[in-house]
Amino acid sequence: MSPTYYLYLSAILFTIGSLGVLLRRNAIVVFMCVELMLNAGNLALVTFSRINGDLNGQIMAFFVMVVAAAEVVVGLAIIVSVYRTRRSASVDDASLLKY
Amino acid sequence: MPALVLASSLQGSAAETAIFWIFAPLSVLAALGMVFSRNTVHGALLLGSVMLSLAVFYAAQDAPFLAFVQVIVYTGAVMMLFLFVLMLIGVDTRESLVETLRGQRLAAAVAGIGFLLLLFAGIRQAAIKSSVGLADVNNPKDDQGNVIPGQGNIFEIAKLLFTRYIFAFEVTSALLITAALGAMVLAHRERHEPRRSQQDQMRDRFKPGAHPTPLPGPGVYARHNAVDTPALLPDGSPSELSVPPAIEALRIERGRNPQPAELGLPTGKGSP
Repeated sequence: MSPTYYLYLSAILFTIGSLGVLLRRNAIVVFMCVELMLNAGNLALVTFSRINGDLNGQIMAFFVMVVAAAEVVVGLAIIVSVYRTRRSASVDDASLLKY
Repeated sequence: MPALVLASSLQGSAAETAIFWIFAPLSVLAALGMVFSRNTVHGALLLGSVMLSLAVFYAAQDAPFLAFVQVIVYTGAVMMLFLFVLMLIGVDTRESLVETLRGQRLAAAVAGIGFLLLLFAGIRQAAIKSSVGLADVNNPKDDQGNVIPGQGNIFEIAKLLFTRYIFAFEVTSALLITAALGAMVLAHRERHEPRRSQQDQMRDRFKPGAHPTPLPGPGVYARHNAVDTPALLPDGSPSELSVPPAIEALRIERGRNPQPAELGLPTGKGSP
């Protein structure tokens, strides 16, 4: 089986993730969609590693995972603190800088 | 089992094709379900299944280390963190279905389809002739062409990680410490008033107008034995002190606020 199929799957997952970021307004769901996009990118990296026959792509995917874990920790803490002050997890409600 | 995963290569086999065509539609459906599900917890679980299918793809593509890391880090840690925060800030924070920007959904759908077409065209145009595969890298051979035992994908990754990528690896530790500190600072709540001591609580309790004795317990009757049933005072009227205020609020919120008459109780002083 050609590894290109994995790249197509990765493209589909990335697009679904970006659609979720555009469509949903619950901050946690938006965040989960960002995670989906990161995972799709990882799948592409692992596939590239296989196509090229060296492990650098897998190392990249590993670092992306580490960065994603750090990002989740900080992002969820921000969501919790916004929820504490505004009693809402909707990204539309945090619009104080607009006015 | 790990030895099997590490040693055997699925690349190019019929098994890999079968695995791909089972898990690829599954992951796409789960991803779509996550975007369109109203229930956030369902969305989180669907995202977990997408991540598990990705772990299967990693294993099928000779990346056993990443497959295990994916399960441990993503489905184990990240998804649990998501569920934890969901429980913390309330599962039932409803999302309004009203579009705040007119035509936003249509525009997003058009942009998504356009982006997907762009990516597909790019992948089609890319000069990917044939894949080299990781069989040689994951199973290094000695001079006689024999596979060296005990050296596989994890060994090779460790070799790269601690030689060529050692600086990135060390910077990662700084990143993780910063993230942990940032989370603590962001989630920390500043105390604005001094902590109330036991002495202060005693003083409040014996202030005029306060209730020094324990509050009456809820009533238990033949027809209603729940904790939200008020106790009866000696004169037969229900005591609103016997029902915790939180339960009272919940009962009113759910539209279950039986009037004293419905409970067969005399209405009078102190009725809810």
